[in-house]
This record gives sequence, C-alpha cells and structure tokens, in this order.
Amino acid sequence: MIDFSVHKILTSPSGDMQLKAEFHVKKNSLVTLYGKSGAGKTSILKMFAGLLTPKSGMIKVNDEVWFDSKKDINISPQKRKLGFVFQDYALFPNMTVKENLEFALIKNQNRKIIDELIDIIELGNLQNRKPKTLSGGQQQRVALARSLVQKPEILLLDEPLSALDNEMRIKLQDYILKVHKEYNLTTFLVSHDISEILKMSDNIIVMESGQITKQGSPSEIFDTGGFSGKFQFTGEVLSIEKHDFIFIVSILIGKDLVKVIADECEAESLKIGDKVLVASKAFNPVIKKLG
Amino acid sequence: MIDWSPLILTFKLAFITTILLLLISIPIAYWLAYSKSRTKPVFETLVSMPLVLPPTVLGFYLLIAFSPSNMFGEWLNNWLGLQLIFSFEGLVFASIIYSLPFMVQPIQAGFSNLSNSIKDASYILGKSKTTTLFKVLLPNIKPSLLTGIVLAFAHTVGEFGVVLMIGGNIPGKTKVASIAIYDEVESLNYDAANTYSLILFAVTFTILLLVYMINGGYLKRFWK
Repeated sequence: MIDFSVHKILTSPSGDMQLKAEFHVKKNSLVTLYGKSGAGKTSILKMFAGLLTPKSGMIKVNDEVWFDSKKDINISPQKRKLGFVFQDYALFPNMTVKENLEFALIKNQNRKIIDELIDIIELGNLQNRKPKTLSGGQQQRVALARSLVQKPEILLLDEPLSALDNEMRIKLQDYILKVHKEYNLTTFLVSHDISEILKMSDNIIVMESGQITKQGSPSEIFDTGGFSGKFQFTGEVLSIEKHDFIFIVSILIGKDLVKVIADECEAESLKIGDKVLVASKAFNPVIKKLG
Repeated sequence: MIDWSPLILTFKLAFITTILLLLISIPIAYWLAYSKSRTKPVFETLVSMPLVLPPTVLGFYLLIAFSPSNMFGEWLNNWLGLQLIFSFEGLVFASIIYSLPFMVQPIQAGFSNLSNSIKDASYILGKSKTTTLFKVLLPNIKPSLLTGIVLAFAHTVGEFGVVLMIGGNIPGKTKVASIAIYDEVESLNYDAANTYSLILFAVTFTILLLVYMINGGYLKRFWK
C-alpha cells in the first residue's frame, strides 16, 4: 500500500501554482497520471523519488515512511527503493549500454541480473555501444532496464514513450507490461495518450493545475462503462464536415483515419481535438489476412 | 645564446598554477552550477572580477595584503613561513586568483549544460554525490575541463601586470618570459626580445590549436 499526500507551491513561468495531491494505491497496480503538461505530474514523481521536497505532507510506502514533514523525516533519493525512467532517458553518455546497467548494481549484487535484463529488452547485440549511437526506442529500453537492476518494488515512468513513433510505443508498452508483471512492480506512469492509458492502467489519477480532479478505473474516468460495444477504440476528432443533413466526423485512431457519421445533435457536442470513444455494437466484423 | 630561465620559469609557473587551479575550480564550479543560494551572484561576481579588473589593481592589493609590514603578511610569514612578496610562491598564488575565471567558467558551463536528469538518475541508483561527480558528471564534461585547463595555462603564460607588481624582476625566481621581453626591449635588446616572443607565440598557438582540434573532433577523424 502506498499513501501519498503532499503540498507544495510550484513556481513556473506562468506564475505560482498550488500543488496539492493525495492518493492511496494498492501494491502491484499500474497507475497512470494523466493531465495537461504543467499540471504537476512530473513534480509528483519527483517528490516520490525525493528529488523535490514537498512543503508539507507524508509519503508512506508499505509502512515505511519516506517523507513526513511533521516528524521531519525526509529519506534521501539514494535510499528510496524505486526505479525511475526519465523522459529524456538520462543514460550516462560516457558509458556503454552494459556499463550503464552495471553502474546501477548495488555492492556485491549478483551480476546475473544484467544479462537477464539485456535479454528482456533484446539488446544483446548492442550492449557495447554508447547510448548516443542508439535510436530513441533502444535508448528507452536501456533506461527501463537500468531502472530495474536494483529490483525495486516501485517503478516511476515519466512520459517514457512520448518521443517515440507509434510502432515503437506499442512495443515498449508491451515491455513495460511484461516487466510490471514479471517483477511484481507497483508502477506509476505519466501519459497523455488515452489509448495507452486504457491499455495499460488499473487506476488513473487525473490532474489539473496541481490538483487531482478525478481518480478511478479507466472505464470510470473515460466514461466507457455505459457502452457494451463489441469494438471500442479511442481517438481524436480531426474534422467535422456537414454533408446535406448529416455530419461526417473524421477521427484519428492510432495512426488510422476513420470517418463516422453523426447527427446534428452529436456533431454539436463535438469539437476538433476532442478525445472520443468509437464503439460499435450490432454488426459482424470480417477478418481478412493481410499480405 | 639566450637565457632560458625566464621561459622555464614561465612554464613551471603555468604548470603548477593550472594543476592547483583545477583542484580548486571543480568544487567552486560545482557549487556555482548547482547551488540555489541567494549569495551565489556575489561569488559569481568575485570569481569573474579578474576578467575586467586591470591586473595592476589586483597586483597592488595583493602586494599590500602580503607585505610583511602588515598583519596578514606577518601572520603568513610567522606561522606558515610563507613570504609571498617577490617570491615564486607569491606568483603562484597571484596567478591562481588571476586565472580563476578562465578555469571556473568553462567547467561551470559544462555542469550547467548537462541534463539535470543524469545527476538525478545517478542519485536514484543510490550513488553518492561524490561518486556521481567523479563517475558521471566529470567524465561527461571532458571538453569543458580541457578548455578550462588550456585557457588557464595560456592565460598564466601571458600574464604580466600582476607578476610585475607582486613578483618584480628577480632572475630565476620571478622573472618570467613576459617580463624578460619587456626588460630586453627596455635595454634595446630587440633580438632577445624577439626570440622570447616568437617562442611564446609558437607555444601558445600550438596549445590552442590542439584544443580546438581535439574538441572539434578533428584529431579523431585524422587518426581514422
């Protein structure tokens, strides 16, 4: 069980912001922090890791107190047992892939974990390369592996996939789900991507300018509960066009463009850029093998 | 045949100054790059002062401070047995102060240009500040370290005003090349002055050229 409740005033170019957040998370769940940039998601992760000190509050992980402003407890980042994957990967440029992982070893730790992790991320043939020579997706896999060397119980991922193309994203989402299950992690993921969140998380925390506005399961948050559709996809409205008396809404789902007919009433409730759920009930899908 | 001792003295002074400066500047640059203290601008200004201050001003105050006839100079003399006026030790001390910004500023810029997350990542992996400094930060700012070392070295070689004020012109002790050149010109010995000047010119040109080639990656390409 993780209990987290903090308060801090963050200064940003657009002025001061009150960051006030409280949540309780069960062990082994995958929690997503969702919200616009500047909402305070990264700050939450940094406070969790001890890189940023809250003004007041308490952080408790499995009965171990990491931070308590009342008792003046503030465990240093070095002593908090967690893994952190940074948005910019934060690999050490002077070390090779393997050296990056080895640097993470604790004194007298069995080195077997390094080979095991290199295996999982499938980078065996690149292990002697410097990070600079790897692609973004490869670098992110190294960063993920490095964060797991010390076998932490908690993994914090700060928008780890935002800089990657769609195909790589999906592959890395699978890697993350795999290690999340394999190592019994409690994972916190910062993400903007609704399809990613629906695919991965057990629990979502929605943040808006420093406050938690909603918290719950994906279906509760994105209101997909009412639908019993056979097919459900989430996408973004790209355009709404009027054709005679119907409207055609173009929606980007993943990397595919889909056109959906809407009536006037539905079309009025939508605007370009809205995140929407596209579902269908009563028709039979046809499957055709490609290639 | 020219007297080589001013040149040897110059390079000995530059060498010792550079090594000591490197040891002093890394902690200073680290502090200036990462501290959030309110007093930081004051220290930043102090470190940069030698860039704009006439060397003679600096030399004058050092001369006053180290003079055995006042308290500080007397204390240095009695307790540490150091006489910093008209001595080689004094030149080293003055050169360290005079060349400080040339070493500190590149290193500080190097630290600041490194992504903060690299440092944070190392901390999260349980590494202490010292381990992080030596294993992660310093290896990744090698070009800045090299720039600092070379600038400090070259600047010490070229120093004149401070040395003249505090060291004087004692052959074999404080008479460095730049002063020897001035001395030879004064006594209309243009040939000797020319020899010293040419050597200084060639050496500093070569050093700077090497640095630009290394930092620009030209040497690596050449070796391939």
